[in-house]
Amino acid sequence: MYRLDKFTSGAVTVGMILLGGYSSYAQSQTSSSKYPGIGRHATIAEVAAGDIDVRPDFKGLPKGSGSVAKGQEIWEAKCASCHGTFGDSNEIFTPIAGGTTKEDIKTGRVASLNDMKQPHRTSLMKVATVSTLWDYIYRAMPWNAPRSLTPDDTYALVAFTLSLGDIVPDDFVLSNSNIADIKMPNRNGMTTKHGLWSVNGKPDVNGNACMNNCVPFVQIGSTLPDFARNAHENIADQNRMYGPYRGVDTTQLPLKQLPVSSGAVLATVVAPPAVISKGPAALFKSENCSACHAANSKLVGPSIVDVANKYQGQSDAQDKLMAKLKMGGAGVWGAIPMPAQAQLSEQDRRLLVTWMLSGGK
Amino acid sequence: MINKQLEIGAQDISAIEKPINRARLVKAPEHFITQELIADINANGLDENRRGFLRKGFMTALGGVTAGLSAPLAMAAGEGDPAILEKQEWQTTLGKNVATTPYGLPSIYESNLVRRQSPGLTRVSASSVAFTPLQGLFGTITPNGLHFERHHQGWYNLNPDTHRLMVNGLVKNPRVFTMNDLMRLPSISRTHFIECGANTGLEWGNVAVPTVQYTHGMLSCCEFTGVPLKVLLEECGADLKKGKYMLAEGGDGSGMTRTINLERNLQDAIVAWGMNGEMLRPENGFPLRLVVPGVQGVSWVKWLRRLEVGDMPWASKDEAIHYIDLMPNGEHRQYSSIQECKSVITTPSGGQQLLDKGFYNVSGMAWSGRGKIKRVDVSFDGGNNWRTARLETPILTMSVTRFNIDWIWDGSPIIMQSRAVDDTGYIQPSIKTLRNVRSTRSIYHNNAIQSWKLDSNGEVSNVQVG
Repeated sequence: MYRLDKFTSGAVTVGMILLGGYSSYAQSQTSSSKYPGIGRHATIAEVAAGDIDVRPDFKGLPKGSGSVAKGQEIWEAKCASCHGTFGDSNEIFTPIAGGTTKEDIKTGRVASLNDMKQPHRTSLMKVATVSTLWDYIYRAMPWNAPRSLTPDDTYALVAFTLSLGDIVPDDFVLSNSNIADIKMPNRNGMTTKHGLWSVNGKPDVNGNACMNNCVPFVQIGSTLPDFARNAHENIADQNRMYGPYRGVDTTQLPLKQLPVSSGAVLATVVAPPAVISKGPAALFKSENCSACHAANSKLVGPSIVDVANKYQGQSDAQDKLMAKLKMGGAGVWGAIPMPAQAQLSEQDRRLLVTWMLSGGK
Repeated sequence: MINKQLEIGAQDISAIEKPINRARLVKAPEHFITQELIADINANGLDENRRGFLRKGFMTALGGVTAGLSAPLAMAAGEGDPAILEKQEWQTTLGKNVATTPYGLPSIYESNLVRRQSPGLTRVSASSVAFTPLQGLFGTITPNGLHFERHHQGWYNLNPDTHRLMVNGLVKNPRVFTMNDLMRLPSISRTHFIECGANTGLEWGNVAVPTVQYTHGMLSCCEFTGVPLKVLLEECGADLKKGKYMLAEGGDGSGMTRTINLERNLQDAIVAWGMNGEMLRPENGFPLRLVVPGVQGVSWVKWLRRLEVGDMPWASKDEAIHYIDLMPNGEHRQYSSIQECKSVITTPSGGQQLLDKGFYNVSGMAWSGRGKIKRVDVSFDGGNNWRTARLETPILTMSVTRFNIDWIWDGSPIIMQSRAVDDTGYIQPSIKTLRNVRSTRSIYHNNAIQSWKLDSNGEVSNVQVG
């Protein structure tokens, strides 16, 4: 586009007409373009809308502020269902808070990363830069409604998160003018001194190219425990049923002998596997219902069993829930809305709801 | 963890590799022919009708028996293999029309080889992993439908018509490109591996998962087509002297962001739309993703919406809270990116069952984020003695190389391993060597030698030695 205006203003006019709605920001830009006609200048408004990142030096941080108290309010409505009231839940995601001390805030190194007393590495144990929290919460939270928080909401949520680790007091108000003063407990806990970033990075480990008599005695240090034999479902169903190998039938004990000499019964190709239409349990998974709902426990949304119990004996439950699947809903199970599942066919919705109302049986 | 001890002395490989007398005739299953039919055959001989009965009897008896055994079983009946003697349905009837499946699908007999999740690994399937079934793949290219998946906030079918790529930051001309624009630019096609930094991450402390799908299945290798990153950045007038870093940002809900090292990847990164000859699959970032050769998968930002050139790294969530490697001194390695030289035997591998002694082609994959694979050695005695495998060509930089090696199994228990060397001279380390430096809590960048134990019953399982 921009090259055209160098030659004739008429061409620019034609171009603008062709571009229609884009004409307002197809402003004349001189560039040393090697590829004329490809791409266009980004407007100031576009860059502002697109460039939402916040760096460790706080470049990109919008002005604003938020208190711990305000953060707690938002937290309880939008965050606690996944992360727990105190940010220490390990139910759905790894815990955010826990494992840091006043002493860590002084030293900038989280001691529990060393002593291994803490069962999980929490976010606050790891993160060295407060900008990371701000950037991520603003760009990606809440889980099912990213980009719905305002900058002030985000300040408040960062303040509340910091208060969970006693990094700020409960009456703290975080803002663009004091965020640089925040002392993260693990601010000195990162290193870039390793060979995995730079093109000239030197490996910290190297193997041994020995070819003969390298290990006189081979000792097995770890195997899969017997109880885990079938933990990844039947491995016979995860391999070809012809060719040099079969999958081990992990629903059974190991064979006593090689199959060829024992005539042991193995899975085989007898007839083509039947094409089965998707059942409700498969739909539940493939349509991502399982991202927010589980069979027996509450995740982002209620469990299947809870839904079945709530609507038990209600004659209009089937229609009501089918409509809810189609249109989405909110309020029945808390503030987090259930997104509309418009992609589901009538038949699939019926299948899912019938299945749910029977408690997933 | 459970510690089992097995001592394998220094085995003489040549002693193992003597030809084995392979008697393949096996007794037919009993009672598959009724007494009446036997009496009838005795009285009247075999005619076409009675042959049919006989075959039916075989098929019933074979219902639960391995197909591999059907030929010898048939031989035992004295007549020959029904697969040859009998006309098959596909020889005697009309086949299906062209374009019956306009977008072709694998054979119905391949339905076991699919992407799978590792139970208990994650609790939310929109932020999870589905692993590639490496145990069934050949060569170097991953079929598009089997490319591993890792999403942080679910995947979408983005509308390519409204998708935009913005380039801003330390550039003279911040610009916006449509797919129409990008696909007009000079494109290149390159084959590269992509491996998640957490691949094999479950195995730092001990054996945790049974098969190569779960130990190594966050690895795929494809031919990617797109415009070189350098072309785009230069077109926008990027200040590449000051701008040593670039933020890549995704268009999904997580707005995935990673800092790219321009000093390392300016020359080879690709803004790609093509994957193995077709457009990217939605699970892999349709219509646009960044390809960062040699660097862990999280940096290959999918649904790519923005590139920002800058003078410092961004410390985004997935480079400040996750994808950081915990060292024994309690320090985290930040911005660890390069996938070091690694290999694994894929067939036979954990969870597979050998049916018989004798000859096998042992096969696997090797790759390095620093360059080309130079050599792969294979051991069948737990790392005591090694033989060099055949490398299939072409050997491409930062791509998967397939290796094969001949092997005759004598039926005794063995432990097999592969060890790759890249063209920088780096040698794939043992898990013990790796742990000595990095301990067991790193999660990321486990490129240790993998050991598979084969028992005398033909079952292969995942073990760690030393």
